Amino acid sequence: MKKQPTTVPFRGTAEQEQQLLSVIEKYRGIKGAMMPILQEAQGIYGYLPIEVLKIIAEKTDTPMEVIYGIVSFYSQFKLNYDGDITISICMGTACYVKGSADVLNEVASELGVEPGATSSDGRYSLDATRCIGACGLAPVMIINGTVYGRVKKEEVAGILAKYKE
Amino acid sequence: MENIKKVKVKVNGREIEVPENYTVLEAARAANVNIPTLCYLKDINEIGACRICLTEVTGARGMVAACVYPVADGMEIKTNTEKVRNARKLNLELVLSNHDMRCLSCSRSTTCELQTLCNEYGVQAGTFLNPNAKEEPHPIDDSSVSIIRDNNKCILCRRCVAACATLQDIGVIGPNDRGYDTHIGSAYEMKLADTACVNCGQCIVYCPTAALYERDDTQKVFDAISDPTKHVAICCAPSVRATLGESFGMAPGTDVEGKMVSAIRSLGFDAVYNMNLTADMTIVEEATELIDRIQNGGKLPMITSCSPGWIKYCEHYFPEFTENLSSCKSPQQMFGAIYKTYWAEKNNIDPKDIFFVSVIPCTAKKFEVGREDQSASGYPDVDVAITTRELASMITKTGIDFVNLEDEEFDTPFAMATGAAEIFGATGGVMEAALRTAAELILGGKFEKTDFEEVRGTTGIKHAIYKVGDLDVKVAVCSGTANAKKLLRAIEAGEDDSVFIEIMACPGGCVNGGGQPYQPAVVRNNVNLAAVRASVLYSADSDNELRKSHENPALKLIYDEYLGEFGSEKAHHILHTSYVKRGVYQNIK
Repeated sequence: MKKQPTTVPFRGTAEQEQQLLSVIEKYRGIKGAMMPILQEAQGIYGYLPIEVLKIIAEKTDTPMEVIYGIVSFYSQFKLNYDGDITISICMGTACYVKGSADVLNEVASELGVEPGATSSDGRYSLDATRCIGACGLAPVMIINGTVYGRVKKEEVAGILAKYKE
Repeated sequence: MENIKKVKVKVNGREIEVPENYTVLEAARAANVNIPTLCYLKDINEIGACRICLTEVTGARGMVAACVYPVADGMEIKTNTEKVRNARKLNLELVLSNHDMRCLSCSRSTTCELQTLCNEYGVQAGTFLNPNAKEEPHPIDDSSVSIIRDNNKCILCRRCVAACATLQDIGVIGPNDRGYDTHIGSAYEMKLADTACVNCGQCIVYCPTAALYERDDTQKVFDAISDPTKHVAICCAPSVRATLGESFGMAPGTDVEGKMVSAIRSLGFDAVYNMNLTADMTIVEEATELIDRIQNGGKLPMITSCSPGWIKYCEHYFPEFTENLSSCKSPQQMFGAIYKTYWAEKNNIDPKDIFFVSVIPCTAKKFEVGREDQSASGYPDVDVAITTRELASMITKTGIDFVNLEDEEFDTPFAMATGAAEIFGATGGVMEAALRTAAELILGGKFEKTDFEEVRGTTGIKHAIYKVGDLDVKVAVCSGTANAKKLLRAIEAGEDDSVFIEIMACPGGCVNGGGQPYQPAVVRNNVNLAAVRASVLYSADSDNELRKSHENPALKLIYDEYLGEFGSEKAHHILHTSYVKRGVYQNIK
């Protein structure tokens, strides 16, 4: 699935930037260091927005597009900060045939968040995940670690209501 | 080269000897067998991605990608089997499965490498129905004034990425996302106009399809020609005459100046001029500026400013060097400026009624015409810049039988030009032209040398030292932004003390510009196009009686009647410009 760039304003601190700079310094001159730099950068910021890639691009003398190519390729890298409430919906085969795509669309329209994105107020993030191994409960939705099984499209609004305030 | 071992291979049963570092593709070529390729570009894109070059060889389990598979002694290479033909056809059909296949209205129809191969292999459109056919088409990125991207035509060969990132060392485009979603774009899906793209257009000339093309400005020109209130003039850049014939099936390296003038006149322009005149003007202004900087402690090295791709590159990537740039406008802009001031006054025409067109080998010129500080008359110096390819399309649309045209001459008074101007279109040409003039201006008399062989040729970076009187003039010439980066880094590190530098954005100079006629990869991989095309310019130079810009009588007349001295205040007002420090990620806070 295509990754969605964030719509949440950047909230990086000077302290985080200092940490990032020392990470880049640590890997200076080491070939193939972009992956660990990105991993550690994501560890510092929680995601990889354009402001972070700008620093990495400038300090490693690498075109930003080259780095973005890596970030958008690997599913481990995130373009969005996790919202306060993270919602994951399983797209494994069992969940999918039981209608998890409908559930996903329902959540997306209910919250106004694209799958793979975080709402612009930073409150909700929505993800379509691979099989989580709970096929007996298909379709499965997880909100902040709480598992909801056999979710019907019609029940989505009711479940989400608990998290809205 | 002589110590590279040779190995024996068989190509379709015929034995030949080839160097052991050859690929299967090269070995086949040596045996006069053409293996088709789509993604392969010698040296810059050897990634074996498109699988069109699949070939049977002994010792390999399946078929191999000939473009990257090395030969071995005793290897048998087979391209003549049913298995090979079927595999290539299948792969073409798979490429087509998510291609928009609108060949009828496509600007690359007949020059498209994909279309050519599909014809050759008898591919049926629609063999594999696209399961996602209901998906939205890719949006077309037409944000840039120079380069347009249509990913619906993209086959993900990555040749544009190689041109941008490897050849030019810029890298504003690359593959984003993964699997079926993979597409070529910029970081965070930025529009091309928002990136530090320099508009050189090398991505366009390397694209096998129409996924990249220049903004088509030909309609604006046709409209102006149809408008009776407009005086429509055009000037032709030095290198267009060396390449335009290629668009009409003529061999690279054919000089078509006379046919070009004739064809343009037939299009209905009111006047057809030779941009070489203002190439000469650029030289006298630039040489005067150089001498002034040397004698009065100005910023050195001074770097030429004719290539708008280079100018934008400098502004983005080396903004601290913008003060080193000559303040001279490019020949294109000088022509428009002098035309809308001097010529307009002399002929009593309001510059607002002049529509001035330039035909150039360059996509970056489309950006240059809209720059600030390029409106000497109060109106833009140049209204529209069209590429060699766009001119060819106008000629075709008008039904002009280009190949059989009689030669005609440029219009006066701007026809006269020197050999120095002819060579502007090749890397080293501006330097050589400037040296011919600068040397004589410094000495105040004749300089013994006219041919500066050391700065000729398509080598990426060239150095030379010339003794002018008691002055040692150290010069450097470089083409391609990757080489510009190396040279500027060397200057920053204090390892290069050249005083005068010529930089052109495109490798080999304008003859290899982003607006030049398409040549398929098989030609680009095997012919030094820049050198073949430049040979036209160098023979025009040596055939010209006038070799030095400052001896151009038409130029002298303009200075006598209007501008005064070389480098006068009036000349500065009309013929010089200023630059912007842009930075690379200026739009990101």
